[in-house]
This record gives sequence, structure tokens and C-alpha cells, in this order.
Amino acid sequence: MSQIYPVIIEILQIAILLIAAPVFIGWIRMLKCWSQGRTSAGILQPYRDIAKLFTKDVVLAENASWIFRFTPYLVFGVTVLVGAIVPILSVDLPLSATADVIVLIGLFAIARFFTALAGMDIGTAFGGMGSSREMMIASLAEPAMLMAIFTVSLVSRSTSLSQIVHVITSKGFILRPSIAFAVLAFIFIAIAETGRIPVDNPATHLELTMIHEAMILEYSGRHLALMEWAGMMKVFLFASIGIAVFFPWGIAPKDNLIYLPAAILFLAIKLCLAGTGLVLIETGLAKMRIFRIPEFLGSAFLFATLGMLSYFILE
Amino acid sequence: MGLGTNKKTSPQPQVPRHNIFMNFAAQINSILAALILLTAFGLLVQRRIYGLLHLFAWQGLFLSISTGIVGYVSNVNHLYISSVLTLVLKVIVLPYILHVLIIRMQIHKEVETVVNIPTTMLIGIALVIFSYHLTAPIIEISTLVTKSTLAVALATVMLGLLMMITRRNAVTQIIGFLSMENGLFLAATSATYGMPLVVELGVALDILIAAFIFGIFFFQIRTAFDSLDVNSMAKLKEED
Repeated sequence: MSQIYPVIIEILQIAILLIAAPVFIGWIRMLKCWSQGRTSAGILQPYRDIAKLFTKDVVLAENASWIFRFTPYLVFGVTVLVGAIVPILSVDLPLSATADVIVLIGLFAIARFFTALAGMDIGTAFGGMGSSREMMIASLAEPAMLMAIFTVSLVSRSTSLSQIVHVITSKGFILRPSIAFAVLAFIFIAIAETGRIPVDNPATHLELTMIHEAMILEYSGRHLALMEWAGMMKVFLFASIGIAVFFPWGIAPKDNLIYLPAAILFLAIKLCLAGTGLVLIETGLAKMRIFRIPEFLGSAFLFATLGMLSYFILE
Repeated sequence: MGLGTNKKTSPQPQVPRHNIFMNFAAQINSILAALILLTAFGLLVQRRIYGLLHLFAWQGLFLSISTGIVGYVSNVNHLYISSVLTLVLKVIVLPYILHVLIIRMQIHKEVETVVNIPTTMLIGIALVIFSYHLTAPIIEISTLVTKSTLAVALATVMLGLLMMITRRNAVTQIIGFLSMENGLFLAATSATYGMPLVVELGVALDILIAAFIFGIFFFQIRTAFDSLDVNSMAKLKEED
């Protein structure tokens, strides 16, 4: 019987990922509307968007190759797989042994690689521009992301997310400058990777400023629905990775189904706070020029490196 | 190190604080050291002059709190005095003087061109590693709670020096100099629980006087060269 529990938790977690990601985005959009004095479309609007897109026909360009048709399914699948590995609710995940956090970053990189290929596949100018910009950001964000993760791994002596959560929750709270730096770096990188303001604006279709939107501009119908849904899950997952690595208190430990309701409650509270923080950042800052992004990500790399150094120097 | 061992065996009775408190204070202290390092890097990459002033004031504030905490941990009472002195001088008076200078000379809108920020950052990281290596033997034999912040202090000094080298504007060079002084002060508190009070008072007075002299210099440079860019001082004679 105890061998079935992890599988139940795994399925529950994927279900929560699929269901809660649009709500999370809806929450962010709603808060943003309120903070800017607009009337919001409601917290469930992302569901309605996705549902509408699924009923629409797919319009394909004549010269679209298999990459263009295959990419939405791959991106969606990879994102769900990442969701099965990150300890969102509980550390007791059967799939968590298959991949550590470095592989997670690699999985996101696969999704991004195919999205960039799909952007160039049709041959429109916007797709290629979006792909080149996205790859520029990725090449700067990934080393910084790895540095931030390595800092945490140094503290917890493991690169497996479940193990990190387990070590940090069992040790109790210690003020560590290295972790503080890593949190700062992670926030910067998460903003860049999920394409939020000040790096990219998810709501714009203005040709000169869009990055992620430019790549998926040619998608329609169920393809676009899958891409949008995967994008929402990516924001949700980055928030969950941040929670798991830096604020893991409340994630259910092994062999304990009783903690699950509490874990769901804690997750909801933390995600509400994360969404509020994101809205504060997005409302307070303007989108920066694309040539300033290397500096932005350079400082993220600096924070991550300082975090790693201060682990050796100060602890 | 000689001074440090002196301090330990000094006749002043060292009342041991509660252990958990000590631990917590040491954690807070290392967080503050990290913040000081962060502001030093911020000074290195900041382009706007007002931003530099604010960062410098923040650095002074962190330094002052850190000194106060070290004073509490080590039970060395004169550190409280130097903490308050740092607060008044480096958080309020010096930024105010520089602020007035900036307004008087109308350079407040100036955005300085800095030599390639990412490269400067990388050099800065290398300097941090270098100073960690340099202080590692001292840290090994030191027995103080604050020993780990010594590397940060040396790094702050080096970053201030780097800032003085890479910047061209006279005001930013002065801020680099003052941030170097912050680093020295942190080194004194972390290596030996602070210099004797007389020395600290003397240094504080020196800094204050220096700020006034800098002000006079700024005006002189400006009247002679029409700008505060020190590059124009490299030319010795007027060209046609």
C-alpha cells in the first residue's frame, strides 16, 4: 500500500500543476489590473482563453515543417515532466530520482530550443528576431541559474531538489548570506526566463519589443493553446522551484499523507505572495531596452557568484 | 594580529554572552558583511551620481549596524561610540556634503560613462577571490567571532580602489576613496574588534576634513578645466 502513495501524490501534483497554473496567471493579471486601476476579467479568464483556443481551427503556413507542428506538444510535455519532478507538494515523488536540478534546467532548455526552431521554421521576420533574442537571453540566464543552484547545492550537499528540500527543512532556519544572494539572483533569472517585465512584456504584440510572443506569433488554435498553457505552467514552475529551494517549509515530508492538505494550503499562500511580489515588480518597473538585458543578467550572475563565494568566505 | 591577541588578554573582563545570541549575532554580522560587499559592487556599476550617493549612505548604515553588533558581541564598549560616529558621519554628514557639492556644481544630471560594466564586475569578482585567498591564513589563526568578515573588508578596500581607477569623474573617485575607508574600518572591527578610540576619532575627523578639502579641490578643478573629468588634467599645456 505504501508503494501506491507516491504514485497518488505524483498524479495529484501533476493535476494541481495543470489546474492551478492558469489560476496563478489569472491571479497575477487580476492583481495587476487592480494595481493599475483597471477592471479585471476575473481570475478564471486564462481558462476561458485556453478553452476558446482549443475550439478554434489550426491555421498552418504552407512551408511549415514537422518541427512547427511538433513543438507545441513537445513544449507542453516537457513542462509537465518538469512539474512531475519539482517537489511542489511533497518530496515523496517517484520521478524525482530520475532528474536533478541541472537536468531540469536542461529540460527547460530543450523546450526553448524547439520554440526557437519553430519561430524560425515559418521564415517570417518576427519569428527569427524573437528566436535570436530569446537565445541571447537564454545564453546569459543559464550560467547564472546554474550558479544560483550550485550555491544552494553547496549548502545542502545535493543537486536533487527533493534532497535539497529535505535537508533545508530538517536543519531549521539559519540566516545565510549565500542563500540571500542566491534568492536575489534567482528572482532576476526567473523574471528573465519566464519573460516578464522588465525583460519581456507578455502582454505586448508591439513588433519592436516582443521576445517570446514574437516566436509564437504564427501559432493558432490548439497549438497556441498548448504553448500558452505551457507558458503559464512555466511561470508556476519557476515560482515552485523558488519556493522549494529557498522557502521549503510546508512541503510535505516522506511517507506522510496527512500533511498533504496543509502542504496544499501552504502552497496556495506562498504562490499568492509570489504573485503579489511579481505584480509589484511589474507595476513598479518599466520594460528595459534589450541592450540593457546583458547588464541585468550580468548582475544576476554577479549575485549568484557572490553567493557562492560568501558560502566559502562567510560560513 | 598582535593587536588582536592584546585585546583578548586585556584586563577588561569579557562577560560571555548567551550562546544562541552569539550565534544569531554572528549570522546577522555575516549578512551585514555580505550587504556591505553588495553595496561595494553596486558602487562599482552604478552610473548615476545620486545613485552612488545613496549606495554610499547605505554602505555606511550597514557598517554602523555591524559595528554596533560586534560591540555587543565582544563587549567592547567604545565600539558603540564608533558605531554612532559612523552613522552620523558616513550616513548623514558626508552624503549631505557631497549632495550640496553636486547641486552647487550642477552635475546632478550627469550620467557617467564607465569603462565596460560587465568587465569591471568580473574584475571585481576576481578581486574578491584574491582577497579571500590573501586573508585565509589570518582567518585560520584568528579566534574572534567576526573573523570571517575580514575577507569582505579587504575586498571592499580593493573594490573601492578599482572604482577609483575605472572612474573618470572626480566626485565618483572621492566616493570610491570613502568606500575604501569603509572597508578599512570594517577590517579593523573584524580583525581586532576595532582600533583604539583615539585612533578612530582621529580617522573620523580626518575624513571630515578631507571632505571639505575635496570640496575646495572640486571647485579649483572646475574653474581650471571647466569639468570634473580628470582626464582633462592629463594635458599639461593648452593645445591649439
